[in-house]
Amino acid sequence: MISDGVITDSEVMRREAALDRQFLTVNDLAVAFPTEDGLVRAVDGVSLSLEKGKTLAIVGESGSGKSVTAQAIMGLVNRKAAKVTGEIWLDGQELVAMPDDDVQALRGDEMAMIFQDPMSSLHPFYRIGDQIVEAIRAHRSMGRSFARREALEMLRHVGIPAVERRIDAYPHQLSGGMRQRVMIAMALINSPDLLIADEPTTALDVTVQAQIMELIQSLQAEFGTTVILITHDLGIVADVADEVAVMYGGRIVELGPTRAIYDNPEMPYTLGLLSSIPRMDRDPNKRLDPIRGNPPSPIKLPKGCVFQPRCNYFERVPGGRCFTERPELLEAELDHSVRCHIPHEERQQIANDVLHALTGGPTPL
Amino acid sequence: MAAYLVRRVVGMVVLLFLLSVTVFVLFNLLPGDPARLTCGKACTPQIIEANRHRLGLDQPVLTQYTNFVKGIFFGRTFSEDSPEPIICHAPCLGYSYNRHQQVLAAIADAAPVTFWLAVGAFLIWIVVGISMGILAALNRGSWVDRTIMGISLIGYSMPSFFIGLLLIFFVIIRFNWLPFPSYVSPFDNPIQFLQTMILPWIVLAVLNAAFYMRLTRNQVLEVFGDDYIRTARAKGLPERVVVVKHALRAGLTPIVTAAGLDLAYLLGGAIISENIFNLPGLGSLAVGSVLNSDLPLITGITLVTATIIIFANLVVDLLYAVIDPRVRVG
Repeated sequence: MISDGVITDSEVMRREAALDRQFLTVNDLAVAFPTEDGLVRAVDGVSLSLEKGKTLAIVGESGSGKSVTAQAIMGLVNRKAAKVTGEIWLDGQELVAMPDDDVQALRGDEMAMIFQDPMSSLHPFYRIGDQIVEAIRAHRSMGRSFARREALEMLRHVGIPAVERRIDAYPHQLSGGMRQRVMIAMALINSPDLLIADEPTTALDVTVQAQIMELIQSLQAEFGTTVILITHDLGIVADVADEVAVMYGGRIVELGPTRAIYDNPEMPYTLGLLSSIPRMDRDPNKRLDPIRGNPPSPIKLPKGCVFQPRCNYFERVPGGRCFTERPELLEAELDHSVRCHIPHEERQQIANDVLHALTGGPTPL
Repeated sequence: MAAYLVRRVVGMVVLLFLLSVTVFVLFNLLPGDPARLTCGKACTPQIIEANRHRLGLDQPVLTQYTNFVKGIFFGRTFSEDSPEPIICHAPCLGYSYNRHQQVLAAIADAAPVTFWLAVGAFLIWIVVGISMGILAALNRGSWVDRTIMGISLIGYSMPSFFIGLLLIFFVIIRFNWLPFPSYVSPFDNPIQFLQTMILPWIVLAVLNAAFYMRLTRNQVLEVFGDDYIRTARAKGLPERVVVVKHALRAGLTPIVTAAGLDLAYLLGGAIISENIFNLPGLGSLAVGSVLNSDLPLITGITLVTATIIIFANLVVDLLYAVIDPRVRVG
C-alpha cells in the first residue's frame, strides 16, 4: 500500500528541493539496551527530517523513546550499554558512525541540549559563571577573562538580572526559572545550529514556563537555531512547533506539520492525547478523556500494532491485522504520515466525531 | 561560620572533659593497686606506701582528678617532699612510674614514628585506592573492574598481621631485599628510614586502599547517573574532565569523611603494624603501657588519641564546606 494521495511531478521536485535544505535527517534510528530481562528497544526505526531554523516537537508519554531519540542525536547514549543503529545526518555529517571524539567536538558547539530539571542539571559545586566558561573553553581557545566576559553577556541576554553578582552564584542560590535561563545561556554560548530542549519547562512553575518558552523562541529567531522540543505538553507544541512527531513505544506514530496534527489527527493515539488535555473551549461539565491502559513494556512489545491494546478502534480493521501486522508509517496527506491500519477516510471520520464531541466544533489552534 | 566554629570548639572541650573524667574513673575502678606496681619483686609495704604518697595516690579520687587537670594547665610536681622532686611542666599528663618518665615525654618520643607511618601509608592508599576505584567504575562490569574488585576483596579480607608477617618472611628473611626494620628519623638517615617504613606502609595501605577502591567506585558510579554529568557531556567536555572535575568532585564528600577519620585513627597508633615491624610509635607505646599496667601512660595516650580524633572530626566537617558550597552558611 502506498500513500492515499496522488503525488504529482511538481510535488516530487518540491520534495527533492526540501530534502536538500534538510538540516537534520534521521534515518531508521534504533537504540536498544541489552538487559538481563531482554533487549529493551527504546527507539525502533525513527526517521524524521527538519529544515534549518524550524522547530520540531517530539510528543509522547514517558517511555515512548522521545528522550532517548534526542540523546542519540547528541551522542549521549552510552555506547557500552546500548546499540545504536541507523543514520543521523546533521548538516551533512553522519553522527552514528562518527568516532566518539568527533561527536564530542560537535556536542556543545554545533548541537546543544537543555534538560528537564535545571537544579540537577547544573553541577551543584561550581559557580554558574565557571560552568559557562567551561563550555566556552571546551570548544574555543579563549582566555579565562574573555570567556567570562562572554558568559556575562550571554547571561544578561537570557534575562538574568544583576548579572555581575549572579555570575558568581552557585546553582542553589538561584530560582528554578533563573537556573533554566542559565542552562539556556550555557547551551547557546557557542551558537549551536541545533538546540534540543528536553522538557525544558516541566520542572518549572507554571508562571515561569511561558517565559522560558518565549525566551527559547526569541533566541531561536535571533540565532536561526533549529530546535527540537521534547514535551508531553501539547499546549506548548501548538504555540511553538512547525512540525510534530508523536512517538509511541519507541516509534513515530504520526508525523506532520503542527496544523495538520491538531486539525486532522488521524492516529488514535494522537487523538487520545488531544482529548486528554484540558481546554478552555471544552464543555466544562465533561470529564477529561484519558487514554485507557498503560504504555507497553519496551521489552515485550505487542506483536501487531504497538498501540492496539489501548486502541478503541482496532475492530474496524478487517482480518485482525492490528494483532498480527506492524503498521508502516505512511503518508496519508501531504507531509502528514500516520502509522495505522485503519483506512484514511475512516480515520478522518473518527477524528471528526471525537473532536466534535469534545468541543462542538473542530479544534481551533 | 564563626558562630559555628565557636560552637564546635566548645563542644570539643566538653567532650574532652567528659572523656578525661571517664578515663580517670575507669583508672580508679580497675582492679589492682597502682602503688603496688611502682616497685618490683623486692617490695616492702613501706616502699609501696611511700610511693603511694609520692604519686598522690593516697588522696581522694576527686582531689587526684583536680590535680591531674591542674597539671594539664599549670604543671605539677611529683614527690615534692623527697630530695629529688619531679617537676612536670604544663601540659602535664602525669608521670609513668613504670618507665620513670613523664607521660608527655614518652608520647612525644613515640608520636613522630606514628606520624610518619600514618602519613606515608595514607598517601599510598589514597592515591592507589581512588585511582583504582575510578578505573573500576569506568570499566564497570569488564575484566578490569572484576580484577580490581577481586584484589580489593583479597586486601580487605587479609588481616594486617598476616600480610605483615608474610612480607617480613619473604622480603626480609627469605630474599634479604631489605634489612631488618629499625626506626630512624628521616632527617638522620633517610634511606634507612624508607627501608624501615616501606613494608609497614604497604601493610597499612593494602587494607585501607581496598576499602577506598570500593568506596570510590561506588561513589563515581552513583554520581555518573546524575543529571549534571549528562550536562557536562552535553557541553562536549572530554571524558577525562567529566570524570575528574565533575564526577569525582561530586562524589568526594564521603571519601573525605572516611579519609579524615581513618588518618586520625591511624595517627592514634597502628598497634598491630607497629608491633610487627618493631616501630616505637604510639601503638607500641599503648600496648606496652597496657602490658605493664602503666595507668598514667594509658590515660595520657587515651586523651591524646581522643584529641586527635575529635580534632579530625572538626577538620572533616569544615572541609565539607570547602567541597560543597551548599553547606556554607551566610
